[in-house]
Amino acid sequence: MTTLITRDSADGQAVGAKKSGGFTASAANYIDERTSISGAVKELGRKIFPDHWSFLLGEVALYSFVIILLSGSFLTFFYQASMAEVVYEGSYAPLKGIPMSAAMSSTMDISFDIRGGLLMRQVHHWAALLFVAAIGLHMLRIYFTGAFRKPRELNWVIGFILFILAMAEGFTGYSLPDDLLSGNGLRIIDGLIKGIPVVGTWVSFLLFGGEFPGTDIVGRLYSLHILLLPAIIVALIAMHLLFVVVHKHTQYPAAGRTNQNVVGYPVLPVYAAKAGGFFFIVFGVVMLIASLFTINPIWNYGPYDPSPVSAGTQPDWYIGFADGAMRLIPSGWEFVWLNHTYSLNIMVVLIVVGLFIVTVMVYPFIEAWITGDKREHHVLDRPRNAPTRTAIGAAGVTFYASLWSAASSDIMATHFHLTMEGVIHTLQVTTLLGPFLAFFITKRVCLALQKKDREIVLHGYESGRIVRLPGGEFVEVHQPVDEYERWKLASYSDFKPLMLRPNAQGKIGPAEKVRAGLSRWFFEDRITPVTQTELSRAHGDHPAEITEK
Amino acid sequence: MTTIKSPRTRRARKTGRRHPLASVALIAIGLLFTGGAYAAFSTSTAVATTDASSQQTIDQGEKLFAANCATCHGLSAQGSSEGPSLIGVGSASVDFQVGTGRMPLQMQGPQAQKKPVQFTAEQTAALAAYVASLAPGPAIPTADLVKASGDASAGAELFRINCAMCHNVAGAGGALTEGKFAPAIENVSGQHIYEAMLTGPQNMPVFNDMNMTPEDKRDIITYLKYVEDNPSPGGLALGSLGPVAEGLFIWIFGLGAIVALTVWITAKSN
Repeated sequence: MTTLITRDSADGQAVGAKKSGGFTASAANYIDERTSISGAVKELGRKIFPDHWSFLLGEVALYSFVIILLSGSFLTFFYQASMAEVVYEGSYAPLKGIPMSAAMSSTMDISFDIRGGLLMRQVHHWAALLFVAAIGLHMLRIYFTGAFRKPRELNWVIGFILFILAMAEGFTGYSLPDDLLSGNGLRIIDGLIKGIPVVGTWVSFLLFGGEFPGTDIVGRLYSLHILLLPAIIVALIAMHLLFVVVHKHTQYPAAGRTNQNVVGYPVLPVYAAKAGGFFFIVFGVVMLIASLFTINPIWNYGPYDPSPVSAGTQPDWYIGFADGAMRLIPSGWEFVWLNHTYSLNIMVVLIVVGLFIVTVMVYPFIEAWITGDKREHHVLDRPRNAPTRTAIGAAGVTFYASLWSAASSDIMATHFHLTMEGVIHTLQVTTLLGPFLAFFITKRVCLALQKKDREIVLHGYESGRIVRLPGGEFVEVHQPVDEYERWKLASYSDFKPLMLRPNAQGKIGPAEKVRAGLSRWFFEDRITPVTQTELSRAHGDHPAEITEK
Repeated sequence: MTTIKSPRTRRARKTGRRHPLASVALIAIGLLFTGGAYAAFSTSTAVATTDASSQQTIDQGEKLFAANCATCHGLSAQGSSEGPSLIGVGSASVDFQVGTGRMPLQMQGPQAQKKPVQFTAEQTAALAAYVASLAPGPAIPTADLVKASGDASAGAELFRINCAMCHNVAGAGGALTEGKFAPAIENVSGQHIYEAMLTGPQNMPVFNDMNMTPEDKRDIITYLKYVEDNPSPGGLALGSLGPVAEGLFIWIFGLGAIVALTVWITAKSN
């Protein structure tokens, strides 16, 4: 086929005698003469990307987003963002003749009366869940390998804003069908907003166009969901990817990998082919899930009505931590002052969750300030080689997981035959104490692993081979690690607690004292990497162990 | 018995009625006959004794009650510190509690659990007749009220407003306080659903005929049977538990599959 076309085009372009490369070459030349794209292709095509499965998680998020865009566009053809009341007359019998909003009615039509509509709805929703989940896992990878260090701090912030925007997209989308579940979710948001002192009620009235639920909210959320939020997300994704290209990709430590190089495959042809194929794999997985598993069965929930709330009413998973935080607040946390009720049960949640989010977002700057590290880092940390950071991460994950699981307290109670109160009280304890426990355990585990690495570098693996020496002594032969492995185990950057130094005026400010204190807390327990001296001494001390035949 | 056993003692011939397995076969046939006859007889009596008013049935129920229920509910159903009085609860309540296996109670706990039904339909009917004879109370509904022949969409709306806050919109059940729960309403007969609404077992409120007419109840049963009989249009329903099940699914199976595929894609060939 190709040869045929090639001959045709060659015949057709008899004038261009110098073009000997056939159709591909002439087409490429045509495009290049008009766009000068060859410079970009040369630059990008030879861009090297290292190969590791965890480097594909961001790609999964990107591909999920593309799937969401495609399926979402389909849905906009049929969805009506209106809260005008209509009577449902579609195919689903148990809702026939029930008054509902046009939004709900059109979503029902998409689900039951438009060919492929239900599949597209389910693709859209499952892909949305996958999108946020992939972002979450991607962020965990970035955090625990220290990929947010200079020069990538800003990209961490962009990525984190994308995470927040993805949650906002998810929540606005969850509210669009105007079914019972989405209405209940909006009512909780309304309650949260009204719990803010002084401005709460006015903000709520502004958002809903009057008293909840009003007739405006679905249209407004629709504008946000399909116009404003996606536009910001696309722009930020572009910046995020641009930064990846500018910074080069990080790589895991191994022999031959330094801060100055990137070891991997060029984008063209291998990586582009792999990544392109991977898009279809992700699409396929989402399609498979969407065709086999129900998601958000709005036909069960029925149209929104402020009076009923179904058992098992939860937000989608990514909002779960906020829902769980509210479930964990003990009852009666409110007081009356100057004739106004102050709802601590809501304010505490907003403050704690807000602080948590902001802390995660600015963490790269906090760590950089504590360590005082101004170097660029392109080689990733193995999590054990940054024990305090890894322990902080584990504490954060425990905190988040406690809040998150609290959102399913009722499901846990029924399915594990527990009491609701027991589940809530247990999670209250794990939320407050769990992070400390996780911090301590993780830090000790990291240090222990580092000690083990050190031991292996110095003395090799235990081979399990016992040899009896001529003198009658039994020794175990240790198998030395090879050079490559040793590089991986021994090459990591070591930090010492900062020395308090007076500034130009000869004073030590309070900020410096805090910083020194934090630095001590960060680095006082540490296992230093094996030095060359130690290595040669170790090998010199035990020649029998290493060189035994 | 002796005639059956005797051939086995003489082992000279091995065919026909002298075959070593002949006695086994004979016993099997005998058991099948008596069992079959008993089954046929007992079903016919069950049909015969659904007449709840007959004194004979009531007497039989009283005996069963004294043997199985009186420990907690008292010899004349007056109640004790272990169980409530049953005077005036009516036959519907007995049919629900005993017919779904909740009574006799398996163990003390936050709430009576379902377990395999302990009594036959005939015995349950006798117990119901006995309790109903003590004082007037809600009666077992007639067959036409418990069929799925009502208006499903009216039933669905009533269900969402009155039942879904505990039982979940799809009847998948939900949690209550202190270990109590609203059970899933799947594979529950229309009669038991009706009786539950009528009598309010465990923590369930009573929906009597004044606040929910028999036709309304039938509509609710119609909706629940519709959900039960029609598979979820979107595929497997994941327990109809809502976003928790969906989130768990995408993290474990969705992202799990994706991560496995990323590992596969980046694996180095050997």
